[in-house]
Amino acid sequence: MILFEQEEIIVAKILRKEILTPQIKLMVVHAPRVAHKAKAGQFVILRINEEGERIPLTIADFDPREGTITIIFQEVGKSTMQLGEREEGDDIQDFVGPLGKEIEEKKFGHVVCVGGGVGIAPVYPKARALKMLGNRVTSIIGSRTADLLFWEDMMGSVSDVLYVTTDDGTYGEKGFVTSVVERVLKSEGADLVIAVGPIMMMKMVSLLTKKFNVPTMVSLNPIMVDGTGMCGCCRVTVDHQCKFTCVDGPVFDGHLVDYDELLARQRNYLDEEKRATETWLMKKAEEEVRHAG
Amino acid sequence: MPDSRLTGRPKMPQRSVAERIRDFNEVPVGLPEWAAVDEARRCLQCKKPGCMKGCPVEIDIPGFIGLLAQGKFDAAVAKIKEKNSLPAICGRVCPQEEQCENVCVLGKKGQPIAVGYLERFLADYERDKGIGAPEIPTSNGRKVGIIGSGPSGLTCAGDLAKIGYRVTIFEALHAAGGVLVYGIPEFRLPKAIVAQEVNFVKSLGVDLEVSTVIGKTLTLEDLKDDGYEAFFIGSGAGLPHFMNLPGENLNGIYSANEFLTRSNLMKAFRFPQYDTPIKIGRKVAVIGGGNVAMDSARTALRLGAEEVCLIYRRTKKEMPARIEEAERAEEEGINCMILTNPVRFIGNDNKWLRGVECIQMELGEPDESGRRRPVPVPGSEFVIPVDTLVVAIGQGPNPLLLETLPDLQLNRRGYIVIDEETGATSIPGVFAGGDIVTGAATVISAMGAGKKAARSIDHYLLRK
Ligand SMILES: Cc1cc2nc3c(=O)[nH]c(=O)nc-3n(C[C@H](O)[C@H](O)[C@H](O)COP(=O)(O)OP(=O)(O)OC[C@H]3O[C@@H](n4cnc5c(N)ncnc54)[C@H](O)[C@@H]3O)c2cc1C
Ligand SMILES: Cc1cc2nc3c(=O)[nH]c(=O)nc-3n(C[C@H](O)[C@H](O)[C@H](O)COP(=O)(O)OP(=O)(O)OC[C@H]3O[C@@H](n4cnc5c(N)ncnc54)[C@H](O)[C@@H]3O)c2cc1C
Ligand code: SF4
Ligand code: SF4
Ligand code: FES
Repeated sequence: MILFEQEEIIVAKILRKEILTPQIKLMVVHAPRVAHKAKAGQFVILRINEEGERIPLTIADFDPREGTITIIFQEVGKSTMQLGEREEGDDIQDFVGPLGKEIEEKKFGHVVCVGGGVGIAPVYPKARALKMLGNRVTSIIGSRTADLLFWEDMMGSVSDVLYVTTDDGTYGEKGFVTSVVERVLKSEGADLVIAVGPIMMMKMVSLLTKKFNVPTMVSLNPIMVDGTGMCGCCRVTVDHQCKFTCVDGPVFDGHLVDYDELLARQRNYLDEEKRATETWLMKKAEEEVRHAG
Repeated sequence: MPDSRLTGRPKMPQRSVAERIRDFNEVPVGLPEWAAVDEARRCLQCKKPGCMKGCPVEIDIPGFIGLLAQGKFDAAVAKIKEKNSLPAICGRVCPQEEQCENVCVLGKKGQPIAVGYLERFLADYERDKGIGAPEIPTSNGRKVGIIGSGPSGLTCAGDLAKIGYRVTIFEALHAAGGVLVYGIPEFRLPKAIVAQEVNFVKSLGVDLEVSTVIGKTLTLEDLKDDGYEAFFIGSGAGLPHFMNLPGENLNGIYSANEFLTRSNLMKAFRFPQYDTPIKIGRKVAVIGGGNVAMDSARTALRLGAEEVCLIYRRTKKEMPARIEEAERAEEEGINCMILTNPVRFIGNDNKWLRGVECIQMELGEPDESGRRRPVPVPGSEFVIPVDTLVVAIGQGPNPLLLETLPDLQLNRRGYIVIDEETGATSIPGVFAGGDIVTGAATVISAMGAGKKAARSIDHYLLRK
């Protein structure tokens, strides 16, 4: 059985790497056990090497037969930049999952899927799962500028209608995803809205859907450590209660999330993150000079 | 080092405060050989030794001490290992003063034998000498799965491997050891010692699969399909409790689990060489009075805090921490605010912690535990300014795995119900022990539970 072929499962090997935009990369990773259990909405935690931190990434796609997990990540700091340097054939030291709860998969009717920036990746498996169950899927994806957009084709393939926006109008409709969401809700309404992207975007979408009284699910991305409910680092306030995102989420009712608290908690280590990135870039530059000389 | 024959029980030599608070190296350095032998000679070799009754795994204490007194160190180690496979760990972290040493006859006059120090001495002697590879028993081919690599899981795995089972330990984190690696800090339990014990268990033929969350990555059903015939759940009590007070999610407030995991498991104390950061302000407060609180406070100090205080709602007498460790914390300058309880956390506009409002407590009537219940003194609120705060008020059972086993009987508090004699749970073939059964307890009791379950699993499989 694929789950128990010892040597195969110990290391997570990068089978394929794709550069989606200058800062967003896709990797297909061999992780049969994770792939076998993965469901839309779940995530993995990985650690690149012995010194690495544990970082969570959404399962953007999975193939149980091939035993693969697809991750898509934006290079925002040391760990994601370092991951971005890994090539096909390289190993990732630890790769654990699938973590978190899956989304409820059933027929809701008309579902609007909103993906902002790198959030397009996590929204895709949800749209696909809901489409397969016979929902009518309207997708709205957006990014700051045309260069940062990816997976338009993939999203198109699992949606009945797809809208694309860019903040600067370099591609698709100029403006934010929220204006399209508002238009869709006004013209045809929806039974469920799923929004994944920057916290600000999820907050704005939730405020909007609240006005229209449409149930809304968002996928939160607080800082995490273990991902198994052991540390409480990922705690968020939902409906005035303390929840651990890694085990109770990451998907929550968008109307009940305390976004301002989440925004603040995400900034917890800004100084340290900057220092880690700078130290690492310096070290790399020094090494390059040494190699050249 | 004074001559122990003159003064009785030896004092544990330890590094000076000034030196030790600047690094994470171990604080007590261990007895020298002559002191250990002298102390062993002081033992009366009682016919009916009280000490053994105080040890949860009933080590033959006079037996190993007698051998030590005769200079037969190897035989003495072997004697301990008949019952305790982790002596280097227990000799360091057992609450000896409440267990074996508490019931030593010599203790009646105030100077019990330093059983723990002697155990540590022998374990360190063996380690320095280099532990030989054990004989790997012939395998009987039957597979047993162990969930969790804490002291209970490691012990259960080792014992089963020794009698021929094919054992695999599944661990959710990326390193084995449970609380021994993520919770107890380096300065109290060097991670090299834990790694060595883990390697010893592996050398018995036990497979270790880290980064595998049972209930998520694999289920017990998957494992049964793969031929596993019995299981031991030693998943610990890893769910951090919070106080549910206003402001608890402010930046700067950690659970002890997060704080210690960042520092120990993720090595944040070596940031930025290691990637995981930890935030330490100038003033740190830790809420709680147990080992976990002491460890958090002393870690904060070593991470560079200028001032660290403990906030505890009862008095020093009721503190559950080991006396030795509480004393060391105090020596290191950790200020203990007793009869004090937090009521809310105060933040600035950017949601960073700036202070904790507390209320003074006084002792009232005794509660069900027999300890006098602390009650708030009305109007006595005051604010302690702090930048970082660690909540160390206890842990509960992590429901992650338990939720996937609806047939597993749990008690009112969510811990697994077992048959005390055998460690058997309500699901046939599934055994459990350690903190997931008892709630947060001790390393040695978790080990004892692992041992008992190993015996029962053997019986169960022989009958099956
Ligand atoms: C459930 C979940 C799913 C996620 N899915 C994706 C995804 O599919 N694609 C993607 O690009 N990103 C995703 N993220 C965010 C991703 O984990 C962070 O971007 C990454 O950890 C940043 O690490 P860094 O060292 O590169 O950057 P840093 O410089 O360390 O941090 C940059 C920012 O990332 C966040 N961050 C830092 N460390 C962590 C951490 N340990 N856990 C979570 N967030 C952290 C903080 O907000 C920080 O300000 C997800 C986060 C969560 C919680
Ligand atoms: C900071 C601190 C200090 C302490 N100090 C002392 C002391 O001085 N003396 C003393 O005797 N005791 C001390 N204790 C208590 C002692 O460490 C515990 O009682 C003991 O470790 C319990 O052992 P265990 O095997 O039950 O579980 P743990 O050590 O908790 O190990 C459980 C393991 O199971 C893993 N796990 C959980 N769920 C899953 C899953 N679903 N799948 C796979 N793996 C899983 C966890 O990741 C963990 O590694 C201390 C505890 C703490 C937290
Ligand atoms: S294992 Fe602990 S209780 Fe038992 S003899 Fe050793 S120190 Fe004492
Ligand atoms: S009770 Fe004390 S003196 Fe007697 S055998 Fe035990 S350790 Fe020695
Ligand atoms: S990441 Fe530790 S509890 Fe969620």
